[in-house]
Amino acid sequence: MRSMRDWSVRHAHRLARLYVVFEHLIVAIEPLARLIGHERLERPVAGVERMIKGTLFDCRMCGACVLSSTGMSCPRNCPKNVLNGPCGGVRADGTCEVLPGMICVWVKAVEGDRNMGGGTIGLLPASDHRLFQRSSWLRILRQRSKESAR
Amino acid sequence: MKSPGQLEARLAAGDFVITAETTPPDAATRDAVMERTGCLKGLVDAVNVTDGAGARTHMSALPCAAILAANGIEPVLQFTVRDRNRLAIQGDMIGAAALGVPSILCLHGDSITKGDQPDAKAVEDTDSRGLISMARQLRDEGCLPSGRAIDPSPGLLIGAADTPRDPGAGFNTDDLDAKIAAGVDFFQTQFAYDIGVLRRYMAALDDHGITRKARFIVGVGPIMSARSARWMDANLFGVHVPDHVIRRIEGATDEKEEGRKVCAELVEQFREIKGIAGAHLMAPRGEKAIARTLTDYRIRG
Repeated sequence: MRSMRDWSVRHAHRLARLYVVFEHLIVAIEPLARLIGHERLERPVAGVERMIKGTLFDCRMCGACVLSSTGMSCPRNCPKNVLNGPCGGVRADGTCEVLPGMICVWVKAVEGDRNMGGGTIGLLPASDHRLFQRSSWLRILRQRSKESAR
Repeated sequence: MKSPGQLEARLAAGDFVITAETTPPDAATRDAVMERTGCLKGLVDAVNVTDGAGARTHMSALPCAAILAANGIEPVLQFTVRDRNRLAIQGDMIGAAALGVPSILCLHGDSITKGDQPDAKAVEDTDSRGLISMARQLRDEGCLPSGRAIDPSPGLLIGAADTPRDPGAGFNTDDLDAKIAAGVDFFQTQFAYDIGVLRRYMAALDDHGITRKARFIVGVGPIMSARSARWMDANLFGVHVPDHVIRRIEGATDEKEEGRKVCAELVEQFREIKGIAGAHLMAPRGEKAIARTLTDYRIRG
């Protein structure tokens, strides 16, 4: 829903702060998650994640969430799949060349980045397509678990 | 004739053909192509050029095939659906014909997750049957799926892959029939080291009338060692290397030599099997081993 994702960009700074707290929480429950088994958690967690992030950001479940570095505007909603945008097809009024009624997700990203204090947008690497439809939260949890094992 | 190639001409004449396989080099020169594949010149009717075999990047197959064609080696250009969408593939089919490629082999391609960049996106915009029908439409109707004309149309002989297997109860040829209906002229098969299985398979295909509708070029290759034979048996889809073959290679003083001999003997046996139109020799990075097998044992197409 576009109005909802516009809201998220407008409140990018609050969502970013909320996410920091949320990530701490994820890290805290890591031992519990390990006990249950990460693979067993994959489906239910991905389901919850899809519901929450789908509502807030029109999340496409790429499994490698970059919202914190795209001003809380999900780049997966770009119809040309541009991961480092905007492309050259943005119209003068900031709308998309492919979907004329939609403000470019990268125009939105710049707006969100400004709301977050600026400087959050960096160069994003090519996607890891193995992660699609998997939980991004569990991926972070797994990363943390690996780091703590070291 | 559908294509300007000698492969089609020899298949049409009912000759026993010999094809081989090469992988484009990890090098950016014409010379690198000829250094690797030049040894097959004059020994085979055509050389297949793999398209990102094992889901790994090499020189792309189309320029490699064009270099071979320009140097007197007739290529069979392999197309997979893994790395390009239909627009790119159609363009490459047209361009391949323009560069002197007379035959193509339509494949799905090895899974991207098995390659050395497993995080990359598999395109898979269509499938091997889609490739076959696109090529057939381009050639026979002279147009793209949109109806836009390609004139002159690409004269490509169309191949597909198959895996010989023991025709058990419930054996049917639905998949082969579907590929033939889509436009296949010839099949090149996975390695067939189990001659008993191959005989039963070809007899079953003959019963179903398949071998009259498309030519079958059966895969085989010089085995490099007993260890490699065991590896193929365990890891390659649809490949069975019988124990007696492995033991024979293991017991030989020169495993490589014995592996070439096994290959040559199988090719001679293929000639006697009804419905087999030729042998397709494959060996990863083994172009020279293939050439040596062909010359040492005087295997001619």
